[in-house]
Amino acid sequence: MPSTRDIRRRIKSIKNTAQITKAMQLVAAAKMKKAQDQAANGRSYAELMNKILVALKGSAEEGSHPYFAEGKGNRTLVLVITSDKGLCGALNTNLLRKLVNTDLGPEVDFVTIGRKGASSLARLKKSLKADFPIKDPAAYSMIRPVGQFLQDQFLTGEYRKVLVAFNNFINTVTLEPAIEQLLPVNPVTLGGKRDFEETHTEVDPASLPDYEFEPSANEVFAAVLPQYVNGTLYQMVLEGRASEHSSRMVAMKNATDNAKQIIKDLTLEYNKLRQAAITNELLEITTAKMALE
Amino acid sequence: MPIQLEIVTPEARIYSDEVDSVVLPGTEGEMGILPAHAPLVTTLKPGELRLMKSGKETSMAVGEGLVEVTGTTTRILTDMAIHADDIDEKAVDEALARAKSALETLKPGENDEEVAATMAAIQRATAQLHVKRRRRTI
Repeated sequence: MPSTRDIRRRIKSIKNTAQITKAMQLVAAAKMKKAQDQAANGRSYAELMNKILVALKGSAEEGSHPYFAEGKGNRTLVLVITSDKGLCGALNTNLLRKLVNTDLGPEVDFVTIGRKGASSLARLKKSLKADFPIKDPAAYSMIRPVGQFLQDQFLTGEYRKVLVAFNNFINTVTLEPAIEQLLPVNPVTLGGKRDFEETHTEVDPASLPDYEFEPSANEVFAAVLPQYVNGTLYQMVLEGRASEHSSRMVAMKNATDNAKQIIKDLTLEYNKLRQAAITNELLEITTAKMALE
Repeated sequence: MPIQLEIVTPEARIYSDEVDSVVLPGTEGEMGILPAHAPLVTTLKPGELRLMKSGKETSMAVGEGLVEVTGTTTRILTDMAIHADDIDEKAVDEALARAKSALETLKPGENDEEVAATMAAIQRATAQLHVKRRRRTI
């Protein structure tokens, strides 16, 4: 039977924990909002990019660009976007489980963003090609080298395709591990809505003016594609970030609620114990008094 | 008749306003855009963008990108766009020095992706410096 002092100590320690998890919950909520705003800010870029792509599709010879054909090799390159820090629920575990359960190809190399993914994949003895540290909030200038790296690797022909695994942010409580193909670019969906985007207006090719392309449609196309890939990648990283923060927010909210429940239970036990002690004392006093009479 | 100029990066909409004319650094050389320009899509290289608005000229440093011109609008997609006034010359100088020293330690062929990224950083920094310095001499 614990003494009242033991229980008091436990209540105090759990109160401290609850305070920390509550603070983390609030910070995560603010960061999630920021990441969502960031993704929304990039939307006008994506929309204009799609408009130009649709216009180009009609004018350029799509088959001519190496980004549209699968590489000759039989390897697959997978970029895994996870969080740097833990305490965010089953976010990273779910993504990695999906990765392990998906047939990615005979030979797979991994590239990671985020420490959690890098260490888990290293533990699973997977072949890690590179790890890119991306700070929070993610800046586009930090994503560019990642995009460049993936594209260069793809262009060597060693890889059949380049995939990206990330957590798709649907809403605050719904996250979905997703694996999307980054390269080769699918010419049919190019310029259309991407699966992970929430809102999007489809571009009608007939509504576009008859553009002139300088120097030529093919050359503009060749210049647009790397930027399109980088922009897509950036949006995916932002989705991953928003998921991370929302998942942490939910995890921390649960932790705070649990702590509060434990405090309630312990307080009840403490009061019972205290009451028992008082009753005991009273009993002793009365017994002593009766013995004296 | 003014042109609606919009400059967007993947991170934000940097500029959106009506202007009288725009001069941009195209890959084929500098290009001036006036109202009622024929519809055009072209590529942008890192450099200086100048826009005229009610007789006043504003300079911006822009990175690689794309330009979409219609008769009434000019939309610029780029990875970087900074107002000349916002360029911190000292910071850019430092970034440039850092990038150049990084380039020396990198061996070509080994770390091609890093070399390419550093080269792009140097180009962007140079573009910013160019804009800043040119404005001061006027």
